[in-house]
Amino acid sequence: MLLFAVLASPLGVLAYDVYREVLMPGTVFGADPGEEIVRYMGEWAIRLLMATLAVSPASRLFKRPQWVRFRRMFGLFAFAYAVLHFVGYLGMLAGFDFGAVVDDFAKRPYITVGIAALVMLVPLAATSTRGWQRRLRANWRRLHRLVYVIGVLACIHLWWLSKAGFGEAVLYTAILILLLGERTVRMRVRIAAKAR
Amino acid sequence: MHIRVRARSDPKPSEITPERVYRTRREFMALAASSVALGGLNALALTEDWLDARGFADGPVFKGQDPGEEITPFQYASSYNNFYEFGTDKGDPAQYAGELTVDPWSVEVTGEVAKPGRIAIEDLLAGVDLEERVYRLRCVEAWSMVIPWIGFPVKRLLDRFEPTDSAKYVEFTTLHRPEEMRGQRSFFSSIDWPYVEGLRLDEAYHPLAIFAVGMYGKVLPNQNGAPLRLVVPWKYGFKSIKSIVGIRLMRRQPRTTWNVMAPDEYGFYANVNPNVDHPRWSQKTERRLPSSFFSPNRIDTMMFNGYAEEVAPLYAGMNLRRKY
Ligand code: HEM
Repeated sequence: MLLFAVLASPLGVLAYDVYREVLMPGTVFGADPGEEIVRYMGEWAIRLLMATLAVSPASRLFKRPQWVRFRRMFGLFAFAYAVLHFVGYLGMLAGFDFGAVVDDFAKRPYITVGIAALVMLVPLAATSTRGWQRRLRANWRRLHRLVYVIGVLACIHLWWLSKAGFGEAVLYTAILILLLGERTVRMRVRIAAKAR
Repeated sequence: MHIRVRARSDPKPSEITPERVYRTRREFMALAASSVALGGLNALALTEDWLDARGFADGPVFKGQDPGEEITPFQYASSYNNFYEFGTDKGDPAQYAGELTVDPWSVEVTGEVAKPGRIAIEDLLAGVDLEERVYRLRCVEAWSMVIPWIGFPVKRLLDRFEPTDSAKYVEFTTLHRPEEMRGQRSFFSSIDWPYVEGLRLDEAYHPLAIFAVGMYGKVLPNQNGAPLRLVVPWKYGFKSIKSIVGIRLMRRQPRTTWNVMAPDEYGFYANVNPNVDHPRWSQKTERRLPSSFFSPNRIDTMMFNGYAEEVAPLYAGMNLRRKY
């Protein structure tokens, strides 16, 4: 419950900002509120995506296996923010002009990978329950490895949309490399141990 | 006494937003005073008094272009800026441009000119008639504003240095001063400072191309390119280089910053053209700022940003798809 409140709090902050802006236009948001909101949601989507990927390594590092049950909440919030990011783009940037969206998808690579990442998140969110975990058994693990691909796509999205300031792209790519690197190393160690 | 010339690209009177009211200077001042403290309203060399002494005391002077569209409030035009010298976020320039010293300021003119030299901005502007030009500003990122500039034709300044017959292009350079421009110190920026832009000489000599020293009846805020910037309204905004310290007349096409960095994205010409797409943004439409939560305020982008009648002859016979 507490975790839910914490992860939902950026939405509360945004709602409050929007409320103040509607009361007194021009005081909270700048010339392009739509873009600000889309960016805000994108930022939270990638943060929570990285947090989701960090849950398992953190639980091992601190020897707290019970933490793994929080992973689902992080993942679902990452998905929720990604959906809001997309809806914000549709409404506040594309103005629900679906021709423009199709055009963007076809011609703008950073949009193409963004949408690919979002689409891949859908089955993961849908099968995130314990019931699906049981039903899919080993396939569940295989399916949820998609999250690594999504992480990579999200970073590519960030690289491709940056024009000259690559600070954020570097930051999240470094985090991703660290998180995926840790898993690779562990896998190698395990394989080596088996072989012995 | 200034006479307002209606340009051909102006919308017909019937197209003009009926409630469009041009705010008087006094209202602007009140607006500015009441809005958040904006970084870098500069003082000294180019003061408000200096502008007033040139006839800007009694409200704006209309002359030349006015698209007749609603003017973007000063608050937004001075807080939503691309000026990577101060950071890549739109709000960074307003926040950090106050760190820049714009007085003293001088400009060095070199290259294919009979009289090269460095000249202080006060001397550069001595005897120059300032006029107000209301222009659309269309950014390559597919947003746009309408801004009342105060300035004078580029030709007026260049002529003083007597370009030679071999001058075919003109290159402009922005100040490089990392101590005061934090974006230039950024480790993650891929820009090779200083920022450089350029025009063909006939483009620079076109009457619509101006140097601006002010906007909204006031001297330029630092984040908008104080104390001297270029405004070329029929090209994407990045061509309109800010805080100019160098002008060089050249025989060959200058190597301009974005064009060198990503030639497939940013052409040397960079004329506003809805028919030539950019790999990141569709150029068919634009968001006229300020937008709102409820609407991105999308409008169709016009060829040459609506200045086709005036500037199209510059490009007669050129393939604008290839020379984008
Ligand atoms: C898992 C999916 C996604 C993640 C993690 C993600 C993340 C991000 C991040 C971190 C930013 C940069 C924000 C900033 O610079 O402050 C961003 C920007 C952006 N994203 Fe996404 N994104 C995703 C999917 C999408 C989708 C599906 C679309 C649209 C079809 C999209 C469209 C955009 C746009 C247009 C921007 C730039 C906003 C602007 O500056 O105007 N993204 N995204």
